[in-house]
Amino acid sequence: MSALLNRHHFTRRQVLIAGAGAAGSLVIGLPALAYEEEGERMLGFFIQINPDGSVIIGCKDPEIGQGLRTTVPMMVAEELDVEWDKVRIEQMPLGIVKTAEGFRWKYGGGQGVGGSTGLTSNWEFMRQVGADARRQLVRAAAERLGVDESQCNTRPGFVVCASQNVEIPYSELVVAAAALPVSEEPATLKASSDYRIIGTRRKTIDARDIVTGKAMYGADTVQPDMRYAVIARAPVLNARVKTFDDTKARKVDGVLDIFEIDGPEPGEPYIILASGVAVVATSTWAAMQGRAALEIEWDESPNANDSSERFWRENEEMLKGDGQVVLDEGDFDATMAAAAKTISRQYRVPFVSHAPLEPQNCYAYVKPDECHIIAPTQMPSGASRAAHAVTGIPRENIRVEMTRVGGGFGRRLTNDYVAEAAMISKKTGWPIKLQWSREDDIRNDFYRPGGLHEMRAGIDADGKVTAWAQRLASGSKYYRRPDMPDENLYQAELYLDDFPRRIVDNIRMEYFHNTIGLPRGSWRAPAHTANAFVIQSFIDEIAHETGQDPLQLQLDLLGEPRELEYSGHGGPTFNPGRLSRLLRFVAERIDYGKRLPEGRGVGLATHFTFGGYTAHAIEVTVADGKLTIERIVAAIDCGFAVHPNGVDAQLQGGTIDGLSTALGLEITVKDGQVEQGNFDDYPLMRIATVPSLFETHILNYDDVPTGVGEIGLPSAAPALTNAIFAASGQRIRNLPIMGQLT
Amino acid sequence: MVSFKINSEEVSFEGDPGTPLLWVIRDHLRLKGTKFGCGIGQCGACTVHVDGAARRSCVIPVARIDGRSITTIEGLAPSDDELHPVQQAWLEHDVPQCGYCQAGQIMAAADFLGQNPKPSDADIDANITNICRCGTYVRIRKAIHRAAEIAAGEES
Repeated sequence: MSALLNRHHFTRRQVLIAGAGAAGSLVIGLPALAYEEEGERMLGFFIQINPDGSVIIGCKDPEIGQGLRTTVPMMVAEELDVEWDKVRIEQMPLGIVKTAEGFRWKYGGGQGVGGSTGLTSNWEFMRQVGADARRQLVRAAAERLGVDESQCNTRPGFVVCASQNVEIPYSELVVAAAALPVSEEPATLKASSDYRIIGTRRKTIDARDIVTGKAMYGADTVQPDMRYAVIARAPVLNARVKTFDDTKARKVDGVLDIFEIDGPEPGEPYIILASGVAVVATSTWAAMQGRAALEIEWDESPNANDSSERFWRENEEMLKGDGQVVLDEGDFDATMAAAAKTISRQYRVPFVSHAPLEPQNCYAYVKPDECHIIAPTQMPSGASRAAHAVTGIPRENIRVEMTRVGGGFGRRLTNDYVAEAAMISKKTGWPIKLQWSREDDIRNDFYRPGGLHEMRAGIDADGKVTAWAQRLASGSKYYRRPDMPDENLYQAELYLDDFPRRIVDNIRMEYFHNTIGLPRGSWRAPAHTANAFVIQSFIDEIAHETGQDPLQLQLDLLGEPRELEYSGHGGPTFNPGRLSRLLRFVAERIDYGKRLPEGRGVGLATHFTFGGYTAHAIEVTVADGKLTIERIVAAIDCGFAVHPNGVDAQLQGGTIDGLSTALGLEITVKDGQVEQGNFDDYPLMRIATVPSLFETHILNYDDVPTGVGEIGLPSAAPALTNAIFAASGQRIRNLPIMGQLT
Repeated sequence: MVSFKINSEEVSFEGDPGTPLLWVIRDHLRLKGTKFGCGIGQCGACTVHVDGAARRSCVIPVARIDGRSITTIEGLAPSDDELHPVQQAWLEHDVPQCGYCQAGQIMAAADFLGQNPKPSDADIDANITNICRCGTYVRIRKAIHRAAEIAAGEES
């Protein structure tokens, strides 16, 4: 969590920046929120109040569909006290300032979205922006009226002074408010019981632009004199260009230039993934046609013989030996030896691709001493670093603008496509719009790592789980990080504090790192997607093996509400009782335990991800090998839902992402080549698979919110596979499910 | 040269007649609401109306639309003040997340409702095949039913 959220780190400044904005409106340049961190001055966010009373709020972080551009103004509008329908949002560019100690954030907080932190990193900060701005307006009104500040209050858009029987619109107060000094003391934030916007049902602020085709994504960027570029990429992982013949390609109408792009050594830290041949043209299609006409000979790649078949066979072999013991608590071996029953199962979780619907793209214009980037990115600072790395231009001279992003899912944490666009622009001197095809995207991804998990449990005579082990052979996503010692590779794949740690006393975790040429990265809810499937499946299996009810066994394990230490992302604590509450809730909603016809069954699962809790109950029919999802009940406890309509959306979307991936998605490699390339062989779920009986529930816990972009996903897949078992007796231990049911 | 109407305006294109309609719309006509998602007619992000029928523009060579009439998302609403019933329903049910696929979803739903004014869930399942990577399908389904009501003049 950012230190910025700790207000004690702030040194508030007597600064209020005011200036003329567009159309004579006034900008409060967050005044109150210019502060210092570690001695470096940073300017705050801005609020612009226009003469007509409309308010424009700056959003520092990218919108990738998680709803931040709606949630952030809800926070500000609440504390500033303005009507929701007066609020608009504007995307701020990357703000970094060069100092003697390195680069510092200009707008008062890191910019970027990943790990479901977009909400929490804005929560304290943006409410304070609103509250401080409101106090400036109140003080300006009090001064004008010659009354004490305490006699003034606000109603949406106005400062009200009851004793004088007057009210003054904010827009008339901005100039005076901007000239007033700002006190060191932060303005008091509202009590959650007084919220009238936060926690209420609001709609996506950009929805009208989206449904009328006006919302602009990275791919929609148009700049003067812009040329279009594509890159021919090696079909084999890590292959390099040996030679190429562009005679035919140069004859394609509209093709302007063709040249080689240099890539990294295989396995070395990367800026771009691999070498290729860039084609620059007057239109996207001309560039694509030029690429199709290229004749390229590729060098033999060290990964030319890579195959999924080999990778999975090696994982099996590895699990027969001893791995790196990364957790050993209690006495696992003795407890297993003493157990009334032991159970061991293996589960396979495949590599998957992010496949955001907007393929990667980037606008770059590299001039001799400056650079302009417009990109759909989750990490604009990474975009700045990538452009710097390939152009040598100082970062302070690289301007990075963020567009609305057509899906993130973790893919756009990596800015390889930004580096590519900058390389092409630098070589040509032209403003360049680089466009990836879908095949480029699916075959050149940073995939969710595949892994083979072996679960072992010891159960005593009363059916209580007394020993627990998770042994994983996988290709860690940390494989290519600079300065990453081998003994830490497991950290990306096994989360030591996850359930049932501190619940089952004798617990062991063991890791085996396997290699494969497929690049790996962070895929929505990273390893939680694998671990929730494995753990929640295994508990269901233990219950059935020992004649216990799966719900009851899970509730017995989770127990009553209590805070357990949790040092992973989403900590510092984990409360298993909050999972129990959700499980009971979804079980009741779906009428768990009811009599069902032959071939029909209900499955349950629950998981704690990044500070948030979810449970799923799914009812399915399996008949003649055909799976029908009949009903889905999903419940979330994100502490406090700031934007409930958005929380519902993320829970729906996360659930569908989890199910879509579990049902049909896998990336495989043969002869060093990714075998999938487009949605015909990478079949994302469509509407026909989604039941009309699909309900989401938000169970608030307190008034401390957590982000929800990833939480809805992990428990969906095991709820589905547990349901399949309940319906048909077929246990899915190998994802994806497709093709396995009989 | 290929000539056609787009959103009621006469336009012509003199480039490669094999250029997919999608790229003519996006790069040459600069209408950016129609999106590129897959290039093989799988995802439907590029859906437009060709003489009123929903078509995936990434797989239609522009030569094939000579003399035809195209409607894109920018031209779907009757006016700036009045949205198409599908667009209205999309707002009522707050469908979009990232929003990238939604223009295509809306164009597909608009044509679908023209042919099925009162669709069942099974009708939707059989006919609406556009991909939404964010998984907004729950709301898409509700919004299609709602759009049918709006088009039929029913209040919410």
